[in-house]
Amino acid sequence: MTAQGITTAASQQPDRHAARASAAPAIRIDGLSKRFGADGPLVLEDVSVRIEPGEFVCLLGASGCGKSTLLNIIAGLELPSSGTVTVASGNAAVMFQDAALFPWLTAGRNIELALKLRGVPREKRRGQALELLDVVNLADAARKRPHELSGGMRQRVALARSLAQDRKVLLMDEPFAALDAITRDLLHEELERVWRETGRTIVFVTHNVREAARLGQRVLLMSSRPGRIANEWRLADDGPRRIESPEVSRLSIEITEQLRREIRRNAA
Amino acid sequence: MPPDTTLAPADARPADDLRTLESGLDALQTNAVPEKSRWRNILDGVLPPVLLLIALVGVWQLYVTIARPRPDLVPGPLDVLGAIIDQWGDGRLQLAVLTSLERGGIGFLIAIAVGTPLGLLLAECRPLRLALGPLLSGLQVLPSVAWVPAAIIWFGLSDATVYFVVLMGAVPSIANGLVSGIDQVPPQLRRVGTVLGAGRIQLATLVVLPAALPGYFSGLKQGWAFSWRSLMAAEIIAMGGTIGFGLGSMLQQSRELADLASVLATILLILGVGILVELSIFAPIERRLLRRRGLTPGGIR
Repeated sequence: MTAQGITTAASQQPDRHAARASAAPAIRIDGLSKRFGADGPLVLEDVSVRIEPGEFVCLLGASGCGKSTLLNIIAGLELPSSGTVTVASGNAAVMFQDAALFPWLTAGRNIELALKLRGVPREKRRGQALELLDVVNLADAARKRPHELSGGMRQRVALARSLAQDRKVLLMDEPFAALDAITRDLLHEELERVWRETGRTIVFVTHNVREAARLGQRVLLMSSRPGRIANEWRLADDGPRRIESPEVSRLSIEITEQLRREIRRNAA
Repeated sequence: MPPDTTLAPADARPADDLRTLESGLDALQTNAVPEKSRWRNILDGVLPPVLLLIALVGVWQLYVTIARPRPDLVPGPLDVLGAIIDQWGDGRLQLAVLTSLERGGIGFLIAIAVGTPLGLLLAECRPLRLALGPLLSGLQVLPSVAWVPAAIIWFGLSDATVYFVVLMGAVPSIANGLVSGIDQVPPQLRRVGTVLGAGRIQLATLVVLPAALPGYFSGLKQGWAFSWRSLMAAEIIAMGGTIGFGLGSMLQQSRELADLASVLATILLILGVGILVELSIFAPIERRLLRRRGLTPGGIR
């Protein structure tokens, strides 16, 4: 959907590196503010961010910092009160905390529905759905229904479904928050692999500092009430990291300290 | 999974490693529930009510044998069975059951055709719902027998009277069922539909309606119950004219002859048809509908 206040432009980016060189950001947010209702409190204040094509950005913040609202605005589900958001490739795929699979369809059919809504012809859908499920290692579960899958498996089907949208930008709203630590760790690896293989631009919202430090090339810390970008860290991307590795720990400590400073400011 | 302690060869690709790890976790997190066999299921469902039925008939027979009440006030099970055989013998039973089922079925189908678009309109159009919603809920509470006198005056003793009463009974239930089904669709599913690029019509047909199906179906079930009840009431009150001979008419006719065994036999028939329709049509569809969505059907059907 093309919403008012969100300008979209057709993408002309043959590959990731060329796009990076051309310096057209995948997502460009300029002076964005959001207020719910005419005289409600300010949720987001003057947020400006450039996200490069193929970048993995984590949006980190405590509750009430408006990170989910920011994501919804980028997704076009909500409108900004002022400022602009430009998604270069048009629309973005979105994945939520809740897998939100359609319970009356099998895993495979859920993906096929996404393909159908994208306009993929009928005879190609089944094959493509199986390929996408194979990307998240769930080709065997194509005929299972959502209630027969574990939480982690459901999230992987949801990931495959958002890949089925074939959008260059993937927005993720705390997608692994409800999973147990072992599953989450595995899904981090899975997501990182998918990101490296598909070259998607990912914006990943989380309140988990380690998760942000583990996944992001760039971590944006948001302050709360109103939500602003308080600080940002860039990580050298030298191959896959682990959540236990010392650089992740070091960064987590640093981020946590500032996060706590931001939270303390709300005490007064 | 057995512990795999052998060291991976140095050139093992990490992607394969992740795959086996993931498959292992998937296997740990999903439990295959062994399906009970089909016969076992049927036996579990059928045996308890049949045993209860046999016990009830036994007690009834015992009472008649021991207390010897007046047979015209308390006929025994064998008298009732005899009445059923008599009704079968002169063809009245088949005629009545077929007439009533046909009318109930056609009336129910018309009610679906009217109630479904009405429900859709109410769910989608807020002003209409504010205006018509309370009236429809009121109509659902109003016993549809109350319409019989009016219908007789309007349509005379014809099938139109019967259909009118059936519709007034069933349409509100079906429309309300659909409305509450649509209301209960999780907003998250609509959002996903929007994110996936569904337009207004696609959202309705591919997301909202399938999601609302359980609510709609329970509305249909209630609608059938109301149809059947209204039909019996209409048939008892409105007899003669061009109205065909249904189960309600047979009941009324037996009452006029003071033939209690036939009255009881007809009541049992009406009950039996109701149970049969529920067991053979609604219960299997509902069970499948709920099982597919991982909602186990409550109680035993």
